Amino acid sequence: MSDSIASGSQTAAIKVHGLSKTFGNQFALRKIDFELPPGEFLTIFGPNGAGKTTLIRILSTLTHASSGEVEMGGIVPSKEPDKIRRQIGVIGHQTYLYENLTAEENLKFYGRLYGVTDLDQKIATIIASVGLRLRRRDCVRTFSRGMQQRLAIARALLHEPTILLLDEPYTGLDQHAAEMLSGWLRELRSSQRTTLMVTHDLERGIDLADRIAILKKGRIVFYEKRENVDRSNFKQTYYKLVGDEQNTA
Amino acid sequence: MSAVFVILWKDLLSEFRTKEMVLSMLVFSLMVAVIFNFSFPPGSEFIQQAAPGILWMTLVFASLLGMNRSFVYEVDKGCMQGLMLAPVNRTAIYLSKLLVNFIFITIVELVVLPLFSVFFKLEVLHVAGQLALIMFLGTLGFTIIGTLFSAISVNTKTREVMLPILHFPVSIPIIICSVQATTAVLQEQGWQVLWGWCKLIVVFDIIFLIVAYFTFEFIIEE
Repeated sequence: MSDSIASGSQTAAIKVHGLSKTFGNQFALRKIDFELPPGEFLTIFGPNGAGKTTLIRILSTLTHASSGEVEMGGIVPSKEPDKIRRQIGVIGHQTYLYENLTAEENLKFYGRLYGVTDLDQKIATIIASVGLRLRRRDCVRTFSRGMQQRLAIARALLHEPTILLLDEPYTGLDQHAAEMLSGWLRELRSSQRTTLMVTHDLERGIDLADRIAILKKGRIVFYEKRENVDRSNFKQTYYKLVGDEQNTA
Repeated sequence: MSAVFVILWKDLLSEFRTKEMVLSMLVFSLMVAVIFNFSFPPGSEFIQQAAPGILWMTLVFASLLGMNRSFVYEVDKGCMQGLMLAPVNRTAIYLSKLLVNFIFITIVELVVLPLFSVFFKLEVLHVAGQLALIMFLGTLGFTIIGTLFSAISVNTKTREVMLPILHFPVSIPIIICSVQATTAVLQEQGWQVLWGWCKLIVVFDIIFLIVAYFTFEFIIEE
């Protein structure tokens, strides 16, 4: 398993080595190692408190690691945070959208922060691609949760990031909206963006993944290519690995 | 620098839609002015002496109401994280919030000061320039402190209480200097006295701005 986690590849889009994060004397992550080749989709499963969101926060430069190394697209985020921020797009369970601004104004705001060129044209294209062209001048507070999540996808993709980080993107979505999100993520997957998603949703997470990992108490306890995973048994494997924690959570 | 104006544009647009911050500050200030107007006989010697203190306490309390809201919009829907994910200097976020708070408080002052002069029968027209200078320096000072502390208090459960508790002890020097400078102007104590207080406010403004500039990044990161 460790071979597949750290293959020693020089071309990995995301390289994580010996990554640890502590809060006081509590470990959120314990010496995590993995590599993700460019264009691949890694899904990380894990129960509450496993350290999934902490991992996303470190990769997205929102917080610092206590120890260990991270490299994304050949850039060390802690050394060149602004450079890496231009290359990553983050979609979380929160939308990062301003409810009193319209869809167009939200995208304009984030586009200007990222220094996106030809912004009006790009906004028109991306807003149409997420199916919100007719609602582009409406305030975000009038949007359903599903529409807000679609706009959040547009926000995250506006600056054309090469790496996407998804933190529980299905949270709060109804069945229909979740299916639509899966459709969007499948399309993104075919655009050859490197994607790392953390989720509780086993079915949807496996569907999208090229590689699958399970995080438990801050440690990666499972890491395999999707083709090596027996889908019918995965649920059992998952509960076997994290079972004790699930029962006590 | 452009990031400062991008965030400023967003905040001004948002406030233009809701008018929450300016209206709440204005309503509070007007209530205080009306209550004090009925409490003391207008034009009395006492009110002439107390007016600078009442004016500044009104402005400080009103501005706390507004500054409390300035980071609340960012916390809703995780927008603060959205800002922090953008490739902009963290201090640009602070400077834009400082600017927007300063603009809103100045709008309130432009309404409140004339009302105070009418209610308390204060002669301010002939010293409008000097008062404007004191207002600018004093407001800048407590806004520098308030913006920094509202970034801290917004992540606490008791944010409405926390901001005044953090703000007052630190901003007391600026408030005292501003009150004394306003008294010097209204009682025509001369430029010498006024300039002495103004110099002190400028020193406090610079010190607090430097501290805020270098600590803001650490405050919002963890």
